[in-house]
Amino acid sequence: MTAYVTHRLLQTLVVLLLMSVAVYGLIWLMPGDPIDLMVSANPDLTAADGARLRALYGLDRPFAERYLAWLQAALGGDLGYSRQYARPVLEIVGPRMANTLILVGLSFVASVALAFPLGLIAARRPYSAADNAVNLFCFAGISIPPFWLALLLIMAFSVGLGWLPAGGVPAEGGLGAEAAHLVLPVATLTLGSVAAYARFIRGETIAALRLDFVRTAQAKGATPWRVLTRHALRNALIPVVTVIGLHFGTVFSGALITETMFAYPGMGKLIYDSIMGNDFNLALAGLLLVTLITLLSNLAADLLYVRLDPRVNYEGART
Amino acid sequence: MPSCRRPFLRNALILGLVLASLWPGARGAAARDLTIGITQFPSTFNPLIDSMMAKSFILGMTRRPVTAYDADWNLVCLLCAELPTLENGLAKIEPLKDGGEGMALTLKIHPDATWGDGVPVTAEDVVFTCQVGRHPDTGVGNFEAFRRILDVEVLDDKTVVLHGDRVTFDYNDMSGLTLLPAHLERPAFAEPREYRNRTLFDTDTANPGLYFGPYRITEVALGSHVVLERNETWWGATPAFDRITVRTIENTAALEANLLSGGIDYIAGELGLTVDQALAFEKRHGETFKVLYRSGLAYEHIDLNLDSPILKDRRVRRALLTAIDRAAISERLFEGRQPVANGFVNPLDWVHDPDLPEYPYDPAAAAALLDKAGWADIRGGIRHNAAGEPLRVVLMTTAGNRMRELVEQVLQSQWKQVGIETEIRNEPARVFFGETVTMRRFPHMAMFAWISSPENVPRTTQHSNQIPSEANAWAGQNYPGYSRPEVDDLIDAIEVELDRDKRLALWKRLQAIYAEELPVLPLYFRADPYVMPKWLDGVRPTGHQYPSTLWVEEWRVAE
Repeated sequence: MTAYVTHRLLQTLVVLLLMSVAVYGLIWLMPGDPIDLMVSANPDLTAADGARLRALYGLDRPFAERYLAWLQAALGGDLGYSRQYARPVLEIVGPRMANTLILVGLSFVASVALAFPLGLIAARRPYSAADNAVNLFCFAGISIPPFWLALLLIMAFSVGLGWLPAGGVPAEGGLGAEAAHLVLPVATLTLGSVAAYARFIRGETIAALRLDFVRTAQAKGATPWRVLTRHALRNALIPVVTVIGLHFGTVFSGALITETMFAYPGMGKLIYDSIMGNDFNLALAGLLLVTLITLLSNLAADLLYVRLDPRVNYEGART
Repeated sequence: MPSCRRPFLRNALILGLVLASLWPGARGAAARDLTIGITQFPSTFNPLIDSMMAKSFILGMTRRPVTAYDADWNLVCLLCAELPTLENGLAKIEPLKDGGEGMALTLKIHPDATWGDGVPVTAEDVVFTCQVGRHPDTGVGNFEAFRRILDVEVLDDKTVVLHGDRVTFDYNDMSGLTLLPAHLERPAFAEPREYRNRTLFDTDTANPGLYFGPYRITEVALGSHVVLERNETWWGATPAFDRITVRTIENTAALEANLLSGGIDYIAGELGLTVDQALAFEKRHGETFKVLYRSGLAYEHIDLNLDSPILKDRRVRRALLTAIDRAAISERLFEGRQPVANGFVNPLDWVHDPDLPEYPYDPAAAAALLDKAGWADIRGGIRHNAAGEPLRVVLMTTAGNRMRELVEQVLQSQWKQVGIETEIRNEPARVFFGETVTMRRFPHMAMFAWISSPENVPRTTQHSNQIPSEANAWAGQNYPGYSRPEVDDLIDAIEVELDRDKRLALWKRLQAIYAEELPVLPLYFRADPYVMPKWLDGVRPTGHQYPSTLWVEEWRVAE
């Protein structure tokens, strides 16, 4: 197992290195730069000002030179300064990451906690009224665009009822205020995730319920609930865990719309802004962090297989 | 029993008042805090680095440039005690070492001006600011403005003489000079190349010594909000609010929802809703909120690529303008809030010429002009020239800008009525401004806006030496490629003409040529809508690049 984990961690490092080249290259290939935008918005800025600022920010240097300089510094633990925020990258990413961890973490827990009962209720009696109701909820959750759902929630609970703040993070008010500010964004993120997870759990559980060992369990007199949770679900869990593991990483960078609608300072918005603003250091740090989380959550999912299915043995799989 | 009823009534009254105070439209009477919503977060709080409206908006409450244009578009002193002029002797023309002429401006700093930590604002701050501004490695945006200051001569603690390298009519416009506190910022400048990363404005933003305005920044949550509280050392009128929070909400629908739910009190016009959004909002919530519209110096226009064989012909350019009903566009899309532009100078600017030709909507006249220009053969509704080439033009703008895209549709339809086929080809702002416009890669027309200050000389946009090309590394903003020696001479002359009457005559001639030649199709002057509760008074939109927050101490809660 140790050898397997070591091997996977080494793979992760290689992927991160390749990602850094790809991300750097993609930002490099984007036409224009922030100085162009600055000059276009201010006729007082001269062409000489533009050239001077480009040289100052290193935007006029060749790709390889800039990338290698960044890589060398990054390997030494220096991720550099953000051009947009004029602060060390880690100083910016830290609080944003904490915000995203809270938002995505709460949404993840709520999604999983809701998806399993919903998926099992639906799978227990396919095409029953309960299954139809869960399916309707799931299709709605998957179909409703997050920005529209966010607006609906804001209009209902902030504007209409006045129960919850419409977004942002509180300037004061402590834990209660912070919790209140999180309710609507977490709900927006959760609805889409819970719908997708529940549909997947339903499908996998229904497939498992058709297998021979389930009929054997039923013939042995196991209760329907026991058959469902101890036999069918357990076998359905491996693909479910894979999907949830993959999804967890993408949510970190994919909460862009929710963060924008609720003016929530998280990683999604930070990465988007840094890419659009040619803030290489910040974009790289953000994207590599998200990649790392995606890879680690996949590794965690793989390790979880061993707990879920004793037949899985990575000692042999590695070679 | 009476003793029991009174507390009940009193408590009921208090409860009623508390509940009433929670209603967003009715809470002004006791408001001591104000929350403003804007759509952008500043990248830096250093006043000299970067050029960004969000920063100007917030810093307007905390510090002041030496001079600025006010809401009536007059140049006024904000940090100086008296505006230097040739008439009052505080400005003088002086010879330069190279034989030319320069100007000496005596700047008297307001005697009560004091940084938030109690240290007076002095001549040392002026000297230090110029040192930072003139250093090429500090990342200062408008480096050229500082380079023009040849020397700073200190007369006493509150008086300096700025020696400039040229004589220009706007010699006393010192709006680019926003002082840095030398006593705090000097260590950060020890290594000029690292200054932009070490400036206290970004590493210790809540330091009171960085500010001398009515407010000072006390808290910054990056990307989320900035909290400002009263600055006790402010020497001017006492502001009405104890605390102002500026929240960034980039999505305008969410911005509206926050206003309605009480999350914010006021949406600033500088960085808020578009006119169409504000008009719709006003219709729905006009009873609770008021909306101020201020047309200003954002000049929406279409740059024409004069290298195009089609657009080289002045008759075609005139036909393009005559074929569109700009008055109807302004009326129907903006309810008349954005006035039609007949030139690049706003009618509110004192140099505007009211006698310019207006090019009213006249499709028959447009058709006649196109006939004369050789586009007389109409086949399938499209005009063709003698060589059989169709009259087809490409119109480009920033993708995702709803109002511009809507205007494009109207223009396309109206041009089609006179036989001009228009292909709309939009691009993201970054690509559009990054390459297409700046490298003159738009085949025919590019629609966007210029934002300027009052009496802004159009050197970068109209002088022939400002045409971007590969040879000059794409420098300049004369994107149409307009070149006329008389225009160049007029621009050169306006800049150095100190006599207002003579300058006005030059301005009129420049505008007349522009209207006659039409290197650009003028559309309208954009308006900024300020959406605020009815209890907020005193906000005076400026209509130019200097934000309304420079007069935040005049904001009041209505009686």
